[in-house]
Amino acid sequence: MHRNELGLTVRDYEGAMSTLCAGCGHDSITAAIVRACFELSLAPHMIAKMSGIGCSSKTPTYFVSGAHGFNSAHGRMAAIATGANAANRELTYIGISGDGDSLSIGIGHMCHAIRRNVKMLYVIENNGVYGLTKGQFSASADIGSKSKRGEPNHLGPIDPIMLGLSLGATFVARSFSGDKEQLVPILKAALAHRGFALVDVISPCVTFNDHNGSTKSYLYTRNNMLKATETDFVPPASEILATIGQNGAVSVAMHDGSVVRFKGVPPDYDPTDRRKVYEYLSEHQGDGEVVTGLLYVDESVADVHELNGTPDVALAKIPYEKLCPGSKTLDELQAEYR
Amino acid sequence: MIASTPAATRVNDFAIKLANVNGTGSASANGLLMQAIFRMGIPVSGKNLFPSNIQGLPTWYEIRVNKDGYTARALDYDLMVAMNSQTYDRDINEVREGGFVLYDSTWPLDPHLHRADVTFLGVPLAKMCNENFRESRERILMKNIAYAGALIAALDVDMEVVEQLLEEKFAAKKALRASNQKALRLGYEYAKENFDPLPFRLEKMDENGDKILIDGNTATALGCVYAGATVAAWYPITPSTSVMDAFTDFCKQYRKDPQTGRMNALILQAEDELAAIGMVIGASWNGARAFTSTSGPGISLMNELLGLAYYAEIPAVIMDIQRVGPSTGMPTRTQQGDFFECAYASHGDTKHICLYPANPAECFEFAAKSFDLAERFQTPVFMLSDLDIGMNDWVVPKLTWDDSYRPDRGRVLDAADLDRISKFLRYTDEDENFIAARTLPGVSEKGSFFTRGSGHNKFGGYTETPAEYQEVVDRLLKKHKAAAKFVPAPILERRKRAQFGVVTSGGCDGAVREALDVLESRGVQADFMRIRGFPFDPAVEEFLNAHEFSFIVEQNRDAQLRSLITLETGVAKEKLRSVLVYGGFPLSAQRVIDSITHQLETSEAPAAVHG
Repeated sequence: MHRNELGLTVRDYEGAMSTLCAGCGHDSITAAIVRACFELSLAPHMIAKMSGIGCSSKTPTYFVSGAHGFNSAHGRMAAIATGANAANRELTYIGISGDGDSLSIGIGHMCHAIRRNVKMLYVIENNGVYGLTKGQFSASADIGSKSKRGEPNHLGPIDPIMLGLSLGATFVARSFSGDKEQLVPILKAALAHRGFALVDVISPCVTFNDHNGSTKSYLYTRNNMLKATETDFVPPASEILATIGQNGAVSVAMHDGSVVRFKGVPPDYDPTDRRKVYEYLSEHQGDGEVVTGLLYVDESVADVHELNGTPDVALAKIPYEKLCPGSKTLDELQAEYR
Repeated sequence: MIASTPAATRVNDFAIKLANVNGTGSASANGLLMQAIFRMGIPVSGKNLFPSNIQGLPTWYEIRVNKDGYTARALDYDLMVAMNSQTYDRDINEVREGGFVLYDSTWPLDPHLHRADVTFLGVPLAKMCNENFRESRERILMKNIAYAGALIAALDVDMEVVEQLLEEKFAAKKALRASNQKALRLGYEYAKENFDPLPFRLEKMDENGDKILIDGNTATALGCVYAGATVAAWYPITPSTSVMDAFTDFCKQYRKDPQTGRMNALILQAEDELAAIGMVIGASWNGARAFTSTSGPGISLMNELLGLAYYAEIPAVIMDIQRVGPSTGMPTRTQQGDFFECAYASHGDTKHICLYPANPAECFEFAAKSFDLAERFQTPVFMLSDLDIGMNDWVVPKLTWDDSYRPDRGRVLDAADLDRISKFLRYTDEDENFIAARTLPGVSEKGSFFTRGSGHNKFGGYTETPAEYQEVVDRLLKKHKAAAKFVPAPILERRKRAQFGVVTSGGCDGAVREALDVLESRGVQADFMRIRGFPFDPAVEEFLNAHEFSFIVEQNRDAQLRSLITLETGVAKEKLRSVLVYGGFPLSAQRVIDSITHQLETSEAPAAVHG
């Protein structure tokens, strides 16, 4: 079996058996995460798996069992992950959320984690429906998309991609659980990103939202998926650098020294130009297309730690002796309070 | 003690109230007076009774001077500084018989405000300031300093001390110092020339040599710095905001690495209180000492995640600076309304450790202790301060720190510990306090564990099995009870021939002690207990059982502390009577005396008291 730089096999990145429905899109995403972590040779114990509540939020149990996990409360994952990251910036944070978790009950926390540029991979396993409570529309359901009982949704969807772009997100991608070829390099790039990496993955719910008339079904997504970009993720290694710029492809150097190489980018599409990306998406999504790919990336923005000037080492590891100013200082500083 | 009718000149025993308009700069003049009296070595307190508003509404400041150290809020004002014409009516009404009113005599007082039993001291403040200062803002600001000048003359405040204070305050702003000195002189000289000596005045003492003047929120922040907190998350809310302001300032001063310039702390202004507590939990899960500061409404929002931290056994420290509820309530007024909210926060069976500091010195001490308890017991810990403690300056003994202190991190297995065991199972192997060891992410694959708020068994695995579920929550209850021996013990003061007990907590301390001294002088003896933590130390129940009956003095409508005692101890409900004062102002001894006296005379519950 193939081993990575740590001498681990892909099996070492697996988790417990999934208890989701057979054919659930989420399980494919889990498999892609396993693959991405394996290929990046991440040390399992240096990964922190964060989630909220919902079908999606169950999935951290199903990958990297050697990592610490935190299945928190509905919608609160982004806030808890922000605190976890504040305490220990040395870990790799993988946040798994769903459309209910991220676009309804936890939308505020997600927005603010984006604003703070908390360094983490934030995956929305987006199926347009509440699974665990049996099929209510979520905030990502499209107008006119039909429920299993045939009732159409009347409320406009919240699109995490457009939302993220408008909030200044520094890494925005959309993919499809049925397209591992596309998803794995996106996840790898997201894990290498300097800050908050928003990855929206259309992940059909086979039980409640995979019927005719749903715009989050396998069939609909396959038929309407438009790959705006295709990417290769090139880990930090000198021999690869030669390929950058070949064939006019766009390349983006990631903060950690890796490179994301865009191949097959449409004319006039620039994944580093927020305004152009926004225009492209508005145009194509207006036509009912599901635009996928690593859509936007900006490696120039400081993450929450860089912005606050914290040390490179985890705050949780700073020895107490460095934190306590001591009795003499206490005595002196109280001159102010006389 | 409550001042009796003045005979000759009373020295260092009086109360003054200053009625101002908020946003006009009166706070610095009032603070200057209070600080000058403190520096004269005299026991003093200052209470700011301010509106939830930026500019234009009535605001009051009360200064009580008492040579015997009674500095709870007094209700008998010897002198009213009436600077707000909108509130002349009620302000003049509040002055004690034989008292004084200082007002701006630039405009004549409406004859209906006249009181024959009160002496009016007019100072043409506006006129003086208009003649001496050019800018309109300066004229308004300097009026305050001018009345301070008049008070300095009338009360015999040591001018040298005042000069020194101005020197320190305006060391970097020479022009401001000059105008302040000028305004001060204007008021001072006017008072010297025009007023007869008052029947009360100040005289230097030596009571404050080893004391400081500090507010509870600053002391709380300092406690967090000394405890080694590195992550703080908060959402702005009165009256807790100054905790994080102070923490931020202290971190800039004491947490910057001298070599690298990096900041050994991360302060996150969250999007709401849900996020603030979420961040604290995330950071604590990762092994940092983390805290939030908030007030009642914030804790209402935090309830959901507090249950998660309780059940998943994650430390969290919450500084609750209580204000008046319910709902938005009165944000700038004080109350002890969060006993229940904190003790039982969140749905399901939850109980939390709470600490009840009485003053800024205890805020400092308990803030640091909160982290030790949270980490040892792997659970949320609340410190319940309040607006009066948090935002008013108190005279307290100088804070001290034991350099041999090391944080109690509780049971945390490191990589070597994990190596020694065959398998890490999160909620097993409990110690004598029913605490199981935890592990931190990033330490070892062997310690990896799935933290969850959903039903779990003692191995940390998901469960929906009754026995497995109960085994864990039953241990949590035992763990909570074990904390009773670790929270600060109650303060007990016994008197000979005590007929009953009087129990209180937090900022009521001073008023209740004073009340008991007054009652004693009237032949009524009572033992005193101040509860400082929850779960209750066994001494709490012993005290209550040892008395035929006890009064529980607290600042809320529903007798929450009394209810907590009846719920959590075996003390008979009938033994517990209530003194409830919950109008939003700091407690005064008079309210306690009145209520206890009334209940002793009538053996009935009193009508609600205001104030």
